[in-house]
Amino acid sequence: MNEWIYVALFIVVGLIIPIGAIAAGFILGPKKPNPIKESTYECGVEPVGEAWIQFKAQYYIFALVFLVFDVEAVFLFPWAVKLGQLGLYAVLEGIVFVTILIVGLVYTWRKGMLEWA
Amino acid sequence: MTAQQIIFLIVALFTLGSALMVVTTRNLVHAALWLVSTLFGVAVVYALLNANFIAVVQVVVYIGAIAILFIFAVMLTRKDMRDSGPQMNKNWWLGALVAVFVFAGLAFLLQSWNGVSATAAALPSGFDAISLLGDALVSPDAYVLPFEVASVLLLAALVGAVYVAFNKK
Amino acid sequence: MSFWNDPLKVAADWLEGVFMGWGMNSVLSHVLVAFLGVLLLITVLMVLDIFLVWIERKVVARFQDRLGPNRVGPFGLIQPFADIIKLIIKEDTTPGDADKVVYNLAPILSMMSVLILWAVVPLAPVILGTDLNVGVLYLIAAGAIGTLSIIMAGWASNNKFALIGGFRQVAVMVSFEIPMLTMLMIPTIFSGSMNMNAIIQSQNVWFFIISPLGALIFLIAAIAELGRAPFDLAEGESELVSGFNIEYSGMKFGMFYAGELLHAFTFGGFWAILFFGGYRFFGLEQVSPFLAVLIMILKAMVGYWVIMWVKYTMMRIRIDQMLSFNWKFLTPLAFVLLLVTALMNALLAGAPTWLYVLGMFLANVVTGWIALELARSATRQEREKLEGAKPVVEAHH
Repeated sequence: MNEWIYVALFIVVGLIIPIGAIAAGFILGPKKPNPIKESTYECGVEPVGEAWIQFKAQYYIFALVFLVFDVEAVFLFPWAVKLGQLGLYAVLEGIVFVTILIVGLVYTWRKGMLEWA
Repeated sequence: MTAQQIIFLIVALFTLGSALMVVTTRNLVHAALWLVSTLFGVAVVYALLNANFIAVVQVVVYIGAIAILFIFAVMLTRKDMRDSGPQMNKNWWLGALVAVFVFAGLAFLLQSWNGVSATAAALPSGFDAISLLGDALVSPDAYVLPFEVASVLLLAALVGAVYVAFNKK
Repeated sequence: MSFWNDPLKVAADWLEGVFMGWGMNSVLSHVLVAFLGVLLLITVLMVLDIFLVWIERKVVARFQDRLGPNRVGPFGLIQPFADIIKLIIKEDTTPGDADKVVYNLAPILSMMSVLILWAVVPLAPVILGTDLNVGVLYLIAAGAIGTLSIIMAGWASNNKFALIGGFRQVAVMVSFEIPMLTMLMIPTIFSGSMNMNAIIQSQNVWFFIISPLGALIFLIAAIAELGRAPFDLAEGESELVSGFNIEYSGMKFGMFYAGELLHAFTFGGFWAILFFGGYRFFGLEQVSPFLAVLIMILKAMVGYWVIMWVKYTMMRIRIDQMLSFNWKFLTPLAFVLLLVTALMNALLAGAPTWLYVLGMFLANVVTGWIALELARSATRQEREKLEGAKPVVEAHH
């Protein structure tokens, strides 16, 4: 097998410990639920309307921009690993790659999509 | 069966089961979360194949970015997150038939390929996939052009997304 | 090969021998030993986590000119145990309208996303979980699961404050992930590897000295990733009451809280690994792995202290200011710094070490200075637009 078995073990133990802690709390704590205790907290007043509402679209824009740069970073990591052994031409290729994306960032910025409107 | 095969079968079943839940669950946010577990299952398959870089990238990009985007999209567009319409349309049997045929065809093709039952050769020691990948991406006689074109593609995706999402007030 | 030089391997070999003696096959006993090792490490971390509560409370008290917990036990050391007993025997309420499964899964995933980070932390040259050759990206992958747990908590609570807090936190986390990813490439370029151990081994000169600006940007992005002040608008007590964890009580809240503290400590550790030489300290790490572990923990504590220092000094900023700060300042700066570093690295490739270090350091300082000057003039323009242009008063002598 490979080194991922250790990661798998970390995931397993990382699940067991919080489950154990929460289970201990569940066993030892009192359990006297009632509808008022279970009502949604809203600053001391009765909750108004549903909480699962339509949300501000601005968050979606940031997630979109993030996705593009995330993929870009993934492309750049193998480049960064080899950079020390490659010459100047590899650096120039990286500069071209990043500059094209910075153009995208500037476009987004100029279009006003980065403003919190 | 070796331990690796057993682990693969468990992971494959987990992935398929999650994928089934994505299309059958009625709550859209639950569907998005099941999609996360499907994508995680795929990452585990990559890890089983010793493709470390792809496995981590699968989690970083698909769970860290695309799944979040899905959840945002679900929460932004639908007021009611519970789907109430019928889940099948009247052509469901046709779809099922096509799926069975595709599966049978793929199974037949793979059966006739002798690579399917061969055990993979162990990777040579000192095999460093990432630095090979780095070499391939920037070397002029390999993939430097696709590497730069990928940047243009990402730029196009960004500009397109911004253009579509831009709300003229 | 003695216990003093490689304790983990000696102990593992001995245990494996014991298990094999019981008639287990070698693979199973190997996995079992690894499991016990992981369990031991995580148990130690959880105990450390308990004391982190005490450290955090003591330090914040000092920052605010108070004494902090000092009643229970010497220096209040038993206080965190009292806190935990309180959390355990507290009633675990679940809001009636919540999505039960997702609601209960969120704190578990939150804690797990922090604990699995330790799989790639090298505590000493020979004491480490696993030597993944993609360790740097693994950091981000584990963070992705943490992001997911927060959006799950925010959504499943069926509470407006929780949803707003969750959304804010996720927007912040994904935004600051870009500068963080970019800054992770800087140690990668210097060491030519994404492996944490290799990054430490190649730090004959701390990367902090070669790239001070990179270390600073990484710290800022890490603080945002942690959701700590000045970037703690997911909790925003004054406006969102407690944000994404508002509906959680008892041990489920405890998991979020403990996870946050351990996360901060872990990122202090990563800061030390990536920019301050990890377990290395003037060759002391070669004396014994035990000493190396001690150095690593101390460095992580210093990093954690810096994060606390920032937290208790800065005020909270608004979400729009924060996202503008990231997308209009930090992200472009991170990309420019990456390109400058790559270029200088190629230009200074054959230079002697002192020239290389000096050149890199100066390049960083100049980049940072230009960025700050640009930001200063841009903010001045912004301010003038808001205040209405004031006549410039020249001082005449």
